[in-house]
Amino acid sequence: MNFIDRAFSLNEKSLNVRAQRMEVLSRNIANADTPHFKAQDIDFKSIMKTASEGAVVTTNVNHLTEAPDQTSDGLKYRIPYNVSFDGNTVELPVEQAKFGQYAADYQTTLSILENRISGIRKALRGD
Amino acid sequence: MALDNIFGIAGSALNAQTARMNATASNLANASAVAGSDATAFRAKRVTFKTIMEQQSNSPEINKGGVKVAGITDDPKPISRMSDPGNPAADKDGYVYLANVNEMTEMVEMMAAARSYQNNVEVVNTARQLTLRTLDIIKN
Repeated sequence: MNFIDRAFSLNEKSLNVRAQRMEVLSRNIANADTPHFKAQDIDFKSIMKTASEGAVVTTNVNHLTEAPDQTSDGLKYRIPYNVSFDGNTVELPVEQAKFGQYAADYQTTLSILENRISGIRKALRGD
Repeated sequence: MALDNIFGIAGSALNAQTARMNATASNLANASAVAGSDATAFRAKRVTFKTIMEQQSNSPEINKGGVKVAGITDDPKPISRMSDPGNPAADKDGYVYLANVNEMTEMVEMMAAARSYQNNVEVVNTARQLTLRTLDIIKN
């Protein structure tokens, strides 16, 4: 892994997970009126933990360098504050607030990535 | 990419909510329709939703997790009848059968559908902005 890969890998993973999380939330919002639908969310912390600890330290050339793919996608069911009588656990205010928060999180990661790219570009240009 | 799927998911929801608003519009339009028998009287239409679990045959995985219309059912509320012998639609005893539409319920239903629709439009807007920003990442 060269230094550019190392500089971006965790941010890239983080951006991916954040995008996935937005997708899960958009699924919840789309199904706000579907009977028996159970709202889900991604446990960002546990996924990023396995991502950052997943890089295997190699002491021999024959060792595998890539961590095996995560079988768990971090999806968990949300516990609703109130129960609805059609079995749907989507609470729109909660989902909207989370959606806004996650969109901001995504932009934050994007800004960090932008800064890194411009930093590396500056170093390469040497001006 | 996950952000691309959001468009499909939110789009399916827009579609489903439009169907719901259509049904409400039809119910309101027929609210004062009368019929000559219990069987032919207008019954309010109710749209029920279902999550898209399987891959759609015509599109790749894009709509998975979205929502679709599971079916349109008649409202089971009983039909009431009214004596109106002068009405050309009246049966031989002079009764007409009224639609089982409650305007208040329909207005609430319409507002709920409109709010859900707006929610999904906002989701599309946010996803669009984030996608555009991601595309701009290498610009500066």
